[in-house]
Amino acid sequence: MDLTFATICEIAEAVKTKKISAKEVVVHFQKRIESLDGKLNAFTSRNENAVKDAEMLDARIARGEDVGALAGVPFGIKEMFCTKGQKTTAGSKILENFVPPYDATAVARLKNAGVVVLGKLNQDEFAMGSSNETSFHGAVRNPWDLDRVPGGSSGGSAAAQSARLVVGTLGTDTGGSIRQPASFCGIVGVKPTYGRVSRYGMVAYASSLDQAGPMVSSVKDAALTLEVISGFDPQDGTTSRKQVPQWSQNLNSNMKGLKVGLVKEYLTAEGLDSDVQKTVENAVNELKKMGAEIVEVSVPLTEYAVPVYYLVAASEASSNLSRYDGVKYGFRAEFKNLSAVDLAEFYSQTRGQGFGAEVKRRIMLGTYCLSSGYYDAYYTKAGQVRRLIMEEYLAAFRQCDVILSPVTTAPAFKIGERISDPLTMYLNDIFTTSTNLAGLPGMSVPFGMSKDGLPIGVQLTAAHFEEQKMLNVASALESVSTVKGKHPHVV
Amino acid sequence: MIDKKTIEHIAKLARLHVTEDEAQEYSTQLAKALGHFEKISKVNTDGVEPMITPTEIEAYWREDVVKQDFSAEEMTSNAPAKAGNLFQVPPVV
Repeated sequence: MDLTFATICEIAEAVKTKKISAKEVVVHFQKRIESLDGKLNAFTSRNENAVKDAEMLDARIARGEDVGALAGVPFGIKEMFCTKGQKTTAGSKILENFVPPYDATAVARLKNAGVVVLGKLNQDEFAMGSSNETSFHGAVRNPWDLDRVPGGSSGGSAAAQSARLVVGTLGTDTGGSIRQPASFCGIVGVKPTYGRVSRYGMVAYASSLDQAGPMVSSVKDAALTLEVISGFDPQDGTTSRKQVPQWSQNLNSNMKGLKVGLVKEYLTAEGLDSDVQKTVENAVNELKKMGAEIVEVSVPLTEYAVPVYYLVAASEASSNLSRYDGVKYGFRAEFKNLSAVDLAEFYSQTRGQGFGAEVKRRIMLGTYCLSSGYYDAYYTKAGQVRRLIMEEYLAAFRQCDVILSPVTTAPAFKIGERISDPLTMYLNDIFTTSTNLAGLPGMSVPFGMSKDGLPIGVQLTAAHFEEQKMLNVASALESVSTVKGKHPHVV
Repeated sequence: MIDKKTIEHIAKLARLHVTEDEAQEYSTQLAKALGHFEKISKVNTDGVEPMITPTEIEAYWREDVVKQDFSAEEMTSNAPAKAGNLFQVPPVV
């Protein structure tokens, strides 16, 4: 077996049947990280106990124990997730030395299923960014072109997965942070329905939008990983008590009679790159050939999705990030004589020095929106438009099973190209944010290549808790994807 | 209008120290972003209840029992400054 390009399913099967040991798998990928990550900057810290963890798994397998569906599969975990005994910085100086005493539920579930964590993965600071350039740990490079961004905020996850430094990764998505980097790096990224995966132990950015999900190399791997991390968690009151379906076993790429919706407003979006447009058109044609019916749907309010998203996300962030006060954990500004310091000054210096520019910008925006005199015009109004956007999507899903769309207007852009203009960077999120606002499941599946040799994903969205439909279409598209079998040069 | 005074007021509310340069930068950038975001005022939302979370999930009830997940030592292990199991802070009264 060629370990480097093996799927999660293949590795778990080989480890369970003792064709290979978990330790051999772990050592193989540790060597890859050692030799390749210097170019990418995807990892922020490594798990020094990974080999020991693998040996323990091997011992349990030798005793005949069932160690789980993901036996011996090496994973990288986004810095947004708490990992017991291992640094969790959320890409920020303010959490530079934070070592959580517990695992996030999603991480605990992966470990319980036999995953070996190899380390933590770089990201935009507090997941605020679309390029992985706002990280305290420095920018991540796209393995397909080292001068380009891997996307964000889960840029480290996308880069590590695409360069096969790990077999699976975990990301988070608040406005596209799984799907956009997945598209830029040619991997599969799934943001499940809001409430599918517990947010316990996930650093909070915007709580009504945040969801965790897999960023992996195949649709089946995504389905299997999602099964492991999904489900009710008493530690997160917003998790759904619905049964978690066996998506990976029920994958069905028969497209006959399936209704695929195209959003009229998306097709005429301003500034849509011709390679992206062609990729979506090709996907439509392939699905038609397979027997799917294409229907046009309309979501007129979609033009307000980006403003509504930034107003809601910044408002929630300004509240969520108030916890970073330099008292119980995290960075604290230096003071010569603590007993002579004014409390407000203590907070304000700590936060002023601990947060990076983009995070400060969003805290300022959110605080402004929630401040007296502006609350109704911004936060309340955004919440109202948000409901109308969701209703339009629900109406669209009465006419079709899934919606097919671009993920972004263009493939991966150059490092430094957009960072100085926040508004342009924000507008990049036009196709991904409504999914989070409405709480719908969405995913990116690699489908086309640009003229410059960059991968391009297409986005699939479904109604609440209808992940299976979306995964089925993704699996049909995967079988005819032109990205299939292609790997970045750096590999 | 987001002038320097507004920025100072917001920074104070957010307990966020901003330098002169940052204040200047934020006032331009926030004005530009909000100028764009303000277009949501054009949407008719009469009688629409604001949506604060995407899925309607029933409250989860559990027994109100005392349990210990972490020791005091674990909980204070990340403190920037502590005395025993107490967090050290500036005078608050």
